[in-house]
Amino acid sequence: MSMNTQGRPSAPSETAITSERATFTGNKALAMEEPLLFEIGRMDVCGVDLDEAEDFAPALGGHARKAVPDLPALTEPETMRHYVRLSSKNYAIDAGLYPLGSCTMKHNPRLNEKMARLPGFGDVHPLQPLSTVPGAVELIAELAHWLVTMTGMSAVAMSPKAGAHGELCGMMAIKAAHQAAGRDPKIVLVPESAHGTNPATAALLGYKVVSIEAREDGTVDPAAVKARIKEHEGDIAGIMLTNPNTCGLFERDIIAIAEAIHAADGYFYCDGANFNAIVGKARPGDLGVDAMHINLHKTFSTPHGGGGPGAGPVVLSERLAPFAPLPFLRKVEGGTQWVETDAELKDGEQPFGRMTAFHGQMGMYVRALAYMKSHGADGLKQASEDAVLNANYVRVGLQDLMSLPFGQRWCMHEVLFDDSFLKETGVTTLDFAKAMIDEGYHPMTMYFPLVVHGAMLIEPTESESRSSLDLFIATMRDLVMSAQKGETDRFKGAPFHAPRGRLDETRAARNPVLKWERPAAQAVQPQAAE
Amino acid sequence: MSTRYTEDHEWITVEGDVATVGITDYAQQQLGDVVFVELPEVGRKVSKGDEAAVVESVKAASEVYAPLDGEIVEANGVLADEPGKVNEDPEGAAWFVKIRLADISQIDSLMDEAAYKAFVEGI
Repeated sequence: MSMNTQGRPSAPSETAITSERATFTGNKALAMEEPLLFEIGRMDVCGVDLDEAEDFAPALGGHARKAVPDLPALTEPETMRHYVRLSSKNYAIDAGLYPLGSCTMKHNPRLNEKMARLPGFGDVHPLQPLSTVPGAVELIAELAHWLVTMTGMSAVAMSPKAGAHGELCGMMAIKAAHQAAGRDPKIVLVPESAHGTNPATAALLGYKVVSIEAREDGTVDPAAVKARIKEHEGDIAGIMLTNPNTCGLFERDIIAIAEAIHAADGYFYCDGANFNAIVGKARPGDLGVDAMHINLHKTFSTPHGGGGPGAGPVVLSERLAPFAPLPFLRKVEGGTQWVETDAELKDGEQPFGRMTAFHGQMGMYVRALAYMKSHGADGLKQASEDAVLNANYVRVGLQDLMSLPFGQRWCMHEVLFDDSFLKETGVTTLDFAKAMIDEGYHPMTMYFPLVVHGAMLIEPTESESRSSLDLFIATMRDLVMSAQKGETDRFKGAPFHAPRGRLDETRAARNPVLKWERPAAQAVQPQAAE
Repeated sequence: MSTRYTEDHEWITVEGDVATVGITDYAQQQLGDVVFVELPEVGRKVSKGDEAAVVESVKAASEVYAPLDGEIVEANGVLADEPGKVNEDPEGAAWFVKIRLADISQIDSLMDEAAYKAFVEGI
């Protein structure tokens, strides 16, 4: 008998393994139940030491608070634990594969973070005099240079904050260009597979959206575009198209579509959300694009999905460049100049206005440029190739069991399945996605694009290794076979192992609870709730 | 007159020159639980194919199109407060709008029940 079995068993007993006993606290080891800050906060503590205010005369003109604000007070360790516990419940790209189609959840290299924290970048303030931040300005200029070079465009508006904001910027430039030419066309063409933000952007600017149906193979037929142009002759402001499209397919007739739009005096807005598939392979400028936003937080690896903020610079063709919003960069002898106001404009510059108070997302600029420079032109090209390769690896690994709506053909950076493989199983796309959570995966994008029934859009990105993809494919295959064998218990009501089970989305949407109300019984703030 | 149907899954019944319009049972099944309905203002002129209302489910937002030309004379305000009615009684109490038709003969361009049934089976 060895020493360590004396009173201290070294192996778990049979009953200990199988026991699923509820705990007294509701915690499950490291999976802790965490109350709201308001539920654990109280008034008699403070996380910081503040000096007592000396006598002073208030200058608030009668607007001083009459009651103490009902804000939770906590000590520093309590605050720390609250947020650390919450963060441990969050799924993130740093925790695992995040195959959310159309979102390009790629790894955020740590080098980016190191660069963004350099004091000259991390500690600058947008109201600092320009003369004190020449390095930051030069970085923005260099990033702008990379963006226009990579896209084959003439200019870039750096300030938009993310994709939809970028769309708005690009479409406002298009509207300004029409107005400058004395035109006022009313129609914007949008394929039915477009991101929902495309028609929303056009509608926000007062345009009427005319939808273009997808052809059998999931792409846009230039003949359909021409037919719509003919129906609305003389009234076409432009088209908003995503390439590769939301079915993960390359719009191979993009040049014919661009020519048709240009022949009708319209402009071509390309949604750049899927640029990650073609960086270094094709330049939008060569494809006839007039404006395109670039999601730095997708294609160029700056954090998003809770870790943001996003950044959505918009590249513009030569015809649209004069309408770029303030502030913009102008090359001058020996460097770069920020043009901030109308008074500084010169020959031909006709900005349509201003999108943001300041210059854009400095921290994201630093990260994006760090990504570009650490990869180099060849590395960026390889990233695109690997993103497409990985998506096709997933496609080939699953196509015999799952269903491809447009046949067994090459996809780009993401692969789209429909739900016909689940027919007769009683399992829906939603159930399937929830079962993936139990397996430790963030679900793919589901029910989008709308052109496909029960859509499942998987974008693995280039960040995943082959072994990571193999494990994902094997898990997906297990789930499909389980559904087809009739093991619906695994799916209905899933997730079973997440901190919370299936949420009632219907009730949440019909009766949203948007504000926490202190329970009436808790007139005095309690130390802990539940 | 019997109920008529569109390829966008609206149903229409006509009394006099006023058409009552809603979405079909097949449409509500495809949408899933409806959580929001946006109705047009009364008096708006619509052409066939124009957006007449918006219906939003937990899955997606969709437009309800005017099946024929005319003028909106009534909207079913109950749906704004109780969108779930669209799931419960789509082809009855959960009608969306009433449209005074500009040209009642346009109704002949729409499908009858047998044709719609065949159309849905073909999807």
